Amino acid sequence: MTRKYAYFPGCSLEKMARSYHESALAASRALDIELEEIEDWNCCGATTYFNIDELLADTLCGRNLAIAEQSGHDVVMACSGCYKNMYSARKHLVRDADLKEHVNEALAEDNLKFTGSSEARHLLDVMVKDVGLEEIKQRVQRPLTGLKVATYYGCQIVRPRKDHEDVESPHFFEDLMVAIGAEPTNFLMKLRCCSAALLITNRTAALSMVRNVLDSAVRSGADLIVTACPLCQVNLECYQTQVNSDFGTDFKVPVMYFTQLVGLALGVPRGKLGIGSELVNVSPALAGVGEGGR
Amino acid sequence: MSTETLERKLDFIGEVDNLLHASTGNPVNTCIQCGTCSGSCPVASGGYMSHTPRRIISMIRANRKEETLRANTYWYCASCYMCTVRCPRGIDIAELMYALKRYSIWHTEYGKELIGPTFSETFVQTIMKSGRSYEPVLATSYLFTFGLQDFLQEAATATNLMLKGRLPILPARIKRLENFKRMVRKIVPVEEK
Repeated sequence: MTRKYAYFPGCSLEKMARSYHESALAASRALDIELEEIEDWNCCGATTYFNIDELLADTLCGRNLAIAEQSGHDVVMACSGCYKNMYSARKHLVRDADLKEHVNEALAEDNLKFTGSSEARHLLDVMVKDVGLEEIKQRVQRPLTGLKVATYYGCQIVRPRKDHEDVESPHFFEDLMVAIGAEPTNFLMKLRCCSAALLITNRTAALSMVRNVLDSAVRSGADLIVTACPLCQVNLECYQTQVNSDFGTDFKVPVMYFTQLVGLALGVPRGKLGIGSELVNVSPALAGVGEGGR
Repeated sequence: MSTETLERKLDFIGEVDNLLHASTGNPVNTCIQCGTCSGSCPVASGGYMSHTPRRIISMIRANRKEETLRANTYWYCASCYMCTVRCPRGIDIAELMYALKRYSIWHTEYGKELIGPTFSETFVQTIMKSGRSYEPVLATSYLFTFGLQDFLQEAATATNLMLKGRLPILPARIKRLENFKRMVRKIVPVEEK
């Protein structure tokens, strides 16, 4: 059965996290998830619109939600930041009729109207809840046996609380990894912040936060870190050299997207998962995994 | 109602409590000063904030407006929401930090050494121009604020990303940009720079 969703990639997935976009589409296709990119979407606001104007932040996400609603499907995000913004804006607009009216007046300038008919979802959640772990297990062609992964949730996928989920010790990410045959490690800082935009606004604090997360992942015995957010991926991967020179450490840990690992297990060729665009080489960790694998 | 009541100016906590906060308000006055927020904060616990979140709440309640706005705390909040999900009184502390950011931008009362306020404004300006964000403009605007070693590291990382095809050469632009700009102007009177 094909499951259909509207898809909001977000700015990072256009270029910086192109491999996330490619692997999200390829892994979804292998699971009979049809992601249709919404037309002419705009930036969700990252963590920055809220600093300037809350109403504007809700309006900009409101536009994306209104476009997605035209498809008649729920809208799916792969980026945790986009997910949090779209989820929160939708919640605010559904809860407050005055706010919705105000925002709709602005959306009318682009011939759009927000009604609240599409839910905002994260792709990881869609795989775990809608497709389900059992079905994923059945579809696995090349289980990632022996691959030790540190499942990095980061923040926005679980916080702020979206519904009634467990925000202190979630395990849905680990469950998905187990379903594809990988072995999640006991990664104590799996919920600790990667420092997000502090890398620009407070570099000293940010680099020490990146160091702490990397240290915890390596200590857990992981071959690689797996993420569900492009900002976490960039912060943890691209700043390893800087952390090493500032703290005298020797980190060289690959940071991959969950969609890449799911894709590998489902038999999708590496080339279709954007593997090879990393700054920290993933080949040693993946030796023998996936196509032609263990 | 007397004119006096109507003209009563909100004290600082009243202002902060009512800074829209996703249209619900925030019960800052119910804080029991337990310190769970400070203990959960990855930035405060690293010693990088001038005042911990617990202390900021206490200062707001004591109506110490200038001191609160001069603190770097809220601009150093990474918005990880650990404090928010753990607060036993249901105060949305991360949103409170956002509210203080907005307040300080409106009143231009933030510390001049901070990068956050201008970074936010540049970011929003970029979106207003094209509808999408564009990393090269954002990053390069701030490179000069880094020390030489950081600058060189950042340039090396950017070069590597470029070689891997991960940096955009040209900014992306949405198609219905004119409609988009009219929509934004209905909400806030933004001037294009």
